Amino acid sequence: MTQHVVAEHFESAEQAFEASKLGLWLFLVTEILLFGGLFVLYIVFRGLYPELFHEASHHLNRTLGALNTVVLICSSFTMALAVSRVQHNDSKKAAGLLLFTFLCGLTFMIVKYCEYTHKIHEGLLPGVHFSFTEMAHPKAPLFFSLYFMMTGLHGLHVLVGMGLIAWVLIRTRRGDFSSQYFTPVELTGIYWHLVDLIWIYLFPLLYLIG
Amino acid sequence: MEHHGESQGHHKSYLEGGGIGSWLTTLDHKRIGVMYLAATMLFFAVGGIFALLVRLELLKSGPLFSPDVYNKFFTFHGAIMVFMFIIPIIPAALGNFFLPIMIGAKDVAFPRLNLASYYVFIGGALLAFLAIFFGGVDTGWTFYTPYSIRSATSVILVTMGVFVMGFSSIMTGLNFIVTIHKLRAPGMTFHRMPLFLWAIYATAIIQVLATPVIGITTLLLVMERVLGIGFFDPKLGGDPILFQHFFWFYSHPAVYIMILPGMGIVSEVITVFSRKHIFGYKAIAYSSLAIAFISFLVWGHHMFVSGQSAWANFLFSILTMLVAIPTAIKIFNWTATLYKGSIHLQTPMLYALSFIFLFTIGGLTGLFLAALSVDVSLHDTYFVVAHFHYVMMGGTVMGLLAGLHYWWPKMFGRMYPEIWGKISWAFVFLGFNVTFLPQFWLGKMGMPRRYHDYGPEFATWNMVSSVGSWLIGVGFLMMFIYFLWSLKRGEKASSNPWNGKTLEWQLSSPPTTHNFDHVPTITEGPYQYGVLR
Repeated sequence: MTQHVVAEHFESAEQAFEASKLGLWLFLVTEILLFGGLFVLYIVFRGLYPELFHEASHHLNRTLGALNTVVLICSSFTMALAVSRVQHNDSKKAAGLLLFTFLCGLTFMIVKYCEYTHKIHEGLLPGVHFSFTEMAHPKAPLFFSLYFMMTGLHGLHVLVGMGLIAWVLIRTRRGDFSSQYFTPVELTGIYWHLVDLIWIYLFPLLYLIG
Repeated sequence: MEHHGESQGHHKSYLEGGGIGSWLTTLDHKRIGVMYLAATMLFFAVGGIFALLVRLELLKSGPLFSPDVYNKFFTFHGAIMVFMFIIPIIPAALGNFFLPIMIGAKDVAFPRLNLASYYVFIGGALLAFLAIFFGGVDTGWTFYTPYSIRSATSVILVTMGVFVMGFSSIMTGLNFIVTIHKLRAPGMTFHRMPLFLWAIYATAIIQVLATPVIGITTLLLVMERVLGIGFFDPKLGGDPILFQHFFWFYSHPAVYIMILPGMGIVSEVITVFSRKHIFGYKAIAYSSLAIAFISFLVWGHHMFVSGQSAWANFLFSILTMLVAIPTAIKIFNWTATLYKGSIHLQTPMLYALSFIFLFTIGGLTGLFLAALSVDVSLHDTYFVVAHFHYVMMGGTVMGLLAGLHYWWPKMFGRMYPEIWGKISWAFVFLGFNVTFLPQFWLGKMGMPRRYHDYGPEFATWNMVSSVGSWLIGVGFLMMFIYFLWSLKRGEKASSNPWNGKTLEWQLSSPPTTHNFDHVPTITEGPYQYGVLR
């Protein structure tokens, strides 16, 4: 196992860990504000056109949405277990759990891909590209603009999260982490929970309101 | 203040050693600060040239450039000055250089993130500059919809540039907050921190909390153009005023990103050049946080005539006036610091005093605009332009210049030539007032902003204003020249030419790569004047 060296501008490993963790929490605050913009749009337009949101949510696939919710909640659980395993010097189990978490992310993206393909096929597209004929509401494209912007930005975050998980997975297998040093695993875990949490809000707001 | 960092004679200064490559890949917060300084000053010069072109067009009535070209000039002037100069310069250049030193640390918490922020900034700036070669932009720096959706110019490039530069601003802010929380030297409590750092801290909070919102706003604007998503487009059921809400939710707090660091510098310079402990340390410190807090609640005052509800207008008007309280607390405390101080009128102090004088005018005219009925008449006139420039140039830029002259000897180990500093100050100060004071009258007379031409009744004051802009130009030209000249030829600076008491003045000029040989232990506040030792 390689010994992790603390950067020289830090006094101790403890201080370095605390700093990284505070940095990550601040970053998560910026993420919430970034998504916050979209949630504000959601509130505004749902306030303006409540019946549109009611009707449009019926055109989303609830089963697939629910499946993805379960997948992400599972992945958050295994991610938390992986962090705990690393803290207990059990890199082998941790690597397995990280791999499972990664595959959950992949499953989520595949399901999302199927949903998107179906929407594109039906013409349920954002804004000017909207060509679906069975919805009477004149502002129908707005809902799908929101749907694609919100789930699209979230999907991008899932992809980034998968990249991070793959990176800590490789490093875990290499034996970089131990109970003495596990900052990247912990931080990736916290980030992943946020990505999960955002979906937990998106799912009912978009799929279940009908 | 107890310190152990004196025996540095055999150590190399941070400026020595390594070629250009070692600068470009450096993790040293001081070198990154200097690189930021060079880049932002360059952008300042470019933005300044656009400003001179705008004033040249307005020198006389009748077109010199075509209206379209004029629209691009003022858009570039605004966008460059706001996003590439005045937002980043003080935190990213001076803050980067002095924050770790002033708390007794070796570096910021995340040096690699710090370097990354620099390249992200440069990347975003280049993206925005690319627009110049693809038809420019003519929306104004505010990118209001629906025009910004329809404009045939390169709106996407510039807004993407703003989006990318936003990341850089967030990285810097995040880095500073963590550094201040986690890397203070033993004994450096929050209440022993120099006031510049309180200001930088308050600024960093705004950078972290507000910038993501401009991120999503510019992203949505790009999507509006690429995908036609329609949130801000009335044709598709969207709402253009919603864009204004989104835009100002960032851009109003952003003006405090611009002014707070300037106020921080003034707090340092006033106390050092009065050789007297700052009056009301805690009041100044907490008023920075108060300004940061209130800054998030006032964005609606940009939309008094946009069709906001009367209740919203009323509320935003009251909240806006609240900003005057913490601001006045600062002004009064600075003035009280001067009282019976041993005032030294060197260039940094001249700029700090100019700040107090000009910013007070800028701040008070802000109250005119916060008053609903008055704003209806003054909205979108030159009164707003004058107010804004009194706050931003009379405030932030004067603060910046105070800081730049004050810390120049520490940063580069050379004194700037004092006599030229004063001459250049006279040009900048006079030129500034000649340029912008008449714009208050023009606005009161009803001249609208952003027009390329005007009626005969506005001719005299416009000519005066344009002549003033040349005076400013001459002042800055001198400054650029003597600063560059002093890098090689200036008189060698001692470690503490101003008799400052904060930690940076206990290091050699310029500091060594590692700042402190031993971690200093701090036993008292930052401005211990009049204490016999």
